Amino acid sequence: MNDIVEKQKVVIKFAGDSGDGMQLVGNQFTYNTAHLGHDLATFPDFPAEIRAPQGTLAGVSGFQIHFGSVEIDTPGDVYDVLVVMNAAALKNNIKSTNSDTIIIADISGFDSKNLKLAGHLADDKPLDEIKEKVKVVYEIDITKLTSIALAESSIDAKDKDRCKNMFALGVVYWLYERDLDETIQYINEKFSKNSSLKDANILTLQKGFHFGETTEIFHNRFHVLKAKQQKGNYRGINGNEALGIALICAGAKSNLPLYFSTYPITPASDILHFLAKKEKEYHIKVFQAEDEISAISSAIGASFGGSLAVCSTSGPGMALKTEALGLAVSMELPLVVCNIQRAGPSTGMPTKTEQTDLLQAVYGRNGEAPLPVLAASSPSDCFYMTYEACRIAIEHMTPVILLSDLFLANGTEPWLYPKFEDLKPINNKKINSTQQEVFLPFSRDENLVRNWAIPGTKNLEHRIGGIEKQQDTGSVSYDGDNHQKMIQIRAEKVNKIAQFIPNQDVELGEKTGDIAIVGWGSTYGSIRTVTKELLNEDKSIAHIHIKYLHPFPSNLKELLSGYKKVLVAEINNGQLVKLIREQFLIDAIPFNQIKGQPIKVSDLKSEILKQLEEC
Amino acid sequence: MLDIEKNVLTSKDFESNQEIRWCPGCGDFAILKQLQNVLPTLGIPKENFVMVSGIGCSSRLPYYMNTYGMHTIHGRATAVATGLKLSRPDLSVWIITGDGDALSIGGNHLIHLLRRDIDVNILLFNNQIYGLTKGQFSPVSEQNKITKSSPNGTTDKPFNTLSLALGAGASFVARSLDREAKHLQEVLKSSHEYTGASFVEIYQNCHIFNDGAFDKYTDRKTRKNNVIFLEQNKPLIFGENNEFGIVLDGYKPKIVALDVNNSINNLFIHDKNDKLKAQILSNFSEFGLPEVFGVIYENSILKKLNTDFQSLENDTNAINLLISGNNSWRVL
Repeated sequence: MNDIVEKQKVVIKFAGDSGDGMQLVGNQFTYNTAHLGHDLATFPDFPAEIRAPQGTLAGVSGFQIHFGSVEIDTPGDVYDVLVVMNAAALKNNIKSTNSDTIIIADISGFDSKNLKLAGHLADDKPLDEIKEKVKVVYEIDITKLTSIALAESSIDAKDKDRCKNMFALGVVYWLYERDLDETIQYINEKFSKNSSLKDANILTLQKGFHFGETTEIFHNRFHVLKAKQQKGNYRGINGNEALGIALICAGAKSNLPLYFSTYPITPASDILHFLAKKEKEYHIKVFQAEDEISAISSAIGASFGGSLAVCSTSGPGMALKTEALGLAVSMELPLVVCNIQRAGPSTGMPTKTEQTDLLQAVYGRNGEAPLPVLAASSPSDCFYMTYEACRIAIEHMTPVILLSDLFLANGTEPWLYPKFEDLKPINNKKINSTQQEVFLPFSRDENLVRNWAIPGTKNLEHRIGGIEKQQDTGSVSYDGDNHQKMIQIRAEKVNKIAQFIPNQDVELGEKTGDIAIVGWGSTYGSIRTVTKELLNEDKSIAHIHIKYLHPFPSNLKELLSGYKKVLVAEINNGQLVKLIREQFLIDAIPFNQIKGQPIKVSDLKSEILKQLEEC
Repeated sequence: MLDIEKNVLTSKDFESNQEIRWCPGCGDFAILKQLQNVLPTLGIPKENFVMVSGIGCSSRLPYYMNTYGMHTIHGRATAVATGLKLSRPDLSVWIITGDGDALSIGGNHLIHLLRRDIDVNILLFNNQIYGLTKGQFSPVSEQNKITKSSPNGTTDKPFNTLSLALGAGASFVARSLDREAKHLQEVLKSSHEYTGASFVEIYQNCHIFNDGAFDKYTDRKTRKNNVIFLEQNKPLIFGENNEFGIVLDGYKPKIVALDVNNSINNLFIHDKNDKLKAQILSNFSEFGLPEVFGVIYENSILKKLNTDFQSLENDTNAINLLISGNNSWRVL
């Protein structure tokens, strides 16, 4: 009989070759975990290449899940369990293990060929070496056990080999006292058209589970209690899907048809895939354009025609969209551009995360072309901030940039989802007639917002363009005084949006104190975790997370002034810190980690402790 | 369509209050005039017309039309109009563009619009020069042309515009001239009547930077020998006294004198629905033959437009289902 060990939270990493099905296993484990009522966060990490050379370090695909009975904010820094299907997967993941990590290794993936592919010498013994660091290493011949389990199966040898991920999942399910039914149901559906594949996958999963039960190699099983979650209806959500759902909701709420145009780019393409699937059912128009420029240009056309027009892209595509963004600023049309950031510059690292496009979003256009910039802070927050981006675009007749990133796009968390009826109303600015003798397309309301007269509306025919416009009439004007006035109006219009966004809150901690850790976007989880730990250690610390980056919330300066120190933690070389220093003359301190991964909690913590010592 | 509208609208209704800023004598005036003459006759309410342009002299046209209009950015009118038409199939969308705008900086969007066969009318004002930037060669300027940016003559070969359009899969291709008012009107009408992307090249004189580029097609003394006006099911005839015709020698078009040996019955008969013939016609100038004007190609397959696009305001249940997904759970 194995001892049951109680755990508050657990980090598990499944790692193998890109072809080993690690993402599938990770997703199954995630759903199972969510349905059991644990809080969780995930981090899928895979190569840019579709089939990177098998067995190599470049080809390693991983899925990390952090779950527990307490609030989980990040995918975790150090693994409790690391499942590795080959030598490359172990080598890539050693840095996130410690002496308490349990390693489960498929020893078939450590033969001489795999050792060589992972950059080892023929007589290297990585599984022995790792034992100097890690106390528990289970060496199991998963490949061979799978093949034995499937001896009677009619599927071919290659397909049999591909079932080994199910064996690994079965073993981990056993370790964490899980039930197999849900995953069996999933396999039934996935392979409903191929009964031999279906049977093989189910059998292998069960064999893995029974292996845990019958062999006596495992010392312990682990028990994790349910998290204390708020009552209500939950689902698992990743950032890209949340974003897509929000767009459909915003269209419906504002009574506008949704026009979505994009050009395929990692890591934004899943938004296209999601909306394309929903196109017929939800009467949206999904347009895969010939390039990034066409995607945004066609969206501007659709916006002029009265649609909620939206584009999704990532850094390089964002660069191509800048001229058209300027046009949307000049025409004062609603438009939402979602930038799912990835590591740059140029092509950079397409499957690694980064927050390096903030200054581009705020400043990166020719001429004076201000527009609102918002950022989501978690996968489910992608829903709320996308909805907000649409609301601001529509109600203030302006293009809006929404920043997400790869980590949010692909990460999953449980979401206490809202009802459509409870979402904020969105009022569009369409008009059907005018009291004016001649319609003035650029006359404005008290918030400097112009009206939206769409083609097909009688007597409101008008022309707009990228040439400077005369105030009110919108006619071509090269007059210097008018130009200066228009620049001021466009800037003031965006600044006024600060009155229509929530005041900045403190996420954790007090409204004054020794140090405020300020973040934006996907650093939310890392900063929250550190702040919690330090609050428990009685430090005077607060976490402030900014979601409205331009304009800033009206109370932000006053709030930040209440701390002796302001530390800005970002996955870039110091961008939000520049905006804060520039706008508030606050001597904010940068903390920057730009490794294509979320900020490591331990690294951030030591920096904060250092800063606190000097307080 | 609304008969009342049809009777009421005149070309005056399509004139905006903006001062026209083209150079006096520009060919663009003539095209604007014909557009203002044709649109009121189409039976479409004025508010349903949208002019979309890019950048360049011709692209200023939307400002001078009292319709809805967008003056966008260089090369992107085709892309902007694509989004407008996809989202609003009810509108009559006209793209106003030039040879630099459509064929150089906007070449990619043009070919993809043609490939997708978006139901818009493209009016390409071709003056074979960059006018607004003051006299650089364009992608359709003839080889060896001396311009401000090619003091030693251009080395680039020009595009054959109509071949390019046909190659991109254009389903309606026509050509006209700024100085042929009636012909231009007819071509504009045909392009409007056609469902699908209508590509209309209009030779337009820039008398400041490229004066006389099309004189041989417009000059009274030379035009009859250099121009063939195409008519459906009619033979290709030209000359001062219609004394020449075109025959097809295999796929090669040749000039013949109409005499006892060459009767009118043996000539190349124009069939706008024949794509092979259209491809030959588009290459006439490369064979040293007269230039052809009129509807060169028109795909005869009838198309259905997609209108399955609407707002979802009242469909709360469907949206709640989308939000919850099909894998949700309840925490009690």
